[in-house]
Amino acid sequence: MKVSELRDDLGLKVFSGKEGMDRNVSGGYVSDLLSDVMGNSREGQVWITLQTHKNVMAIASLKDLAAVILVKGHQPDEDTLKQSNEEGVPILGTDKPTFEIAGKLYKTLEKHEAF
Amino acid sequence: MRHFKADLHTHTVLSPCGDLEMSPQNIADKAIEKGLDIIGITDHNSTMQCATVKNVAGKRGLFVLCGAEVTTKEEVHCLAFFEAPDQLSYFNDFIYEHLADVKNDPEKFGYQALVDENEMIISQPEKLLISATDLSIEELEEKVHEMNGLFIAAHVDRISNGIIGQLGFIPPDLNFDALELSKFTTFQKFVSDYPQQKNYTFIQSSDAHFINDVGAVYTQLYMEEPTFQEITKALKKQDGRKTELKL
Repeated sequence: MKVSELRDDLGLKVFSGKEGMDRNVSGGYVSDLLSDVMGNSREGQVWITLQTHKNVMAIASLKDLAAVILVKGHQPDEDTLKQSNEEGVPILGTDKPTFEIAGKLYKTLEKHEAF
Repeated sequence: MRHFKADLHTHTVLSPCGDLEMSPQNIADKAIEKGLDIIGITDHNSTMQCATVKNVAGKRGLFVLCGAEVTTKEEVHCLAFFEAPDQLSYFNDFIYEHLADVKNDPEKFGYQALVDENEMIISQPEKLLISATDLSIEELEEKVHEMNGLFIAAHVDRISNGIIGQLGFIPPDLNFDALELSKFTTFQKFVSDYPQQKNYTFIQSSDAHFINDVGAVYTQLYMEEPTFQEITKALKKQDGRKTELKL
């Protein structure tokens, strides 16, 4: 399943990193503690968080994550946007809280047998 | 020049999590008993108790570094210190305005008692002081340095509310005057875990919430005299001033 299909399925906004919309999604990870994401997320996962700091992008790209979804209408910081565009790792957004969007992500990935 | 023993991170009874025994008088007593020369007063998101502690402890020959432990929107704890009373008061109002609008429930979180020299309660801030502000760590750093304050990342070795725990790593372009280690680690251990951070200035403090923890760990400041300027120089390693930690 591609990031662009995920955007369509979940009705997500695209903030940045459009070049990465073809990236392959192989799972999801939910955490707001960046050290935890650095230690435990896996390549190809979509990361759901409310953190908007530029370190989010550094970690997403280091761990080769498929994309980041910001919840509850949070906007990425300016330097976070910039880094997302440079690295081609999309930042997506939703007004929904983490619980809801994580539930929808799980269902979609399951339906597409993406993990 | 000589060494001054400094514990730069202590809470008072103003912090909801600070024990009721953490009055200005008791903190001064304990600091003297522990042989400290300098104490830092850093309640959660408030500088309001600093003046009384400075007054009480000052009379007994202690130097009080006045500040607060601010929670950024990433939930990173940072220490901010200022020299002048009007800066402290301005900063206090600035932080309070940016603090989440959640009322304290003393039954659940503890009392937030602003006390006078005789341990009488003057007032209690309405907002819960252990909430987070809506300031990013970059915005906070800019504000503190714009006001000529000192900016220190608190308990960097701790996963919860330490910068490495919250943000994964220390953003290299963020300007800290020092990194603080908690009493749960040592300089040697921290630097062996994070060798790339070894060039920062380090302090180590108790983060005391209970009276017996005051001075549990401390920083040796090698400098001329206990003043804000000299402490600044020690943190910046200027003119032969420096900081030393137990290894």
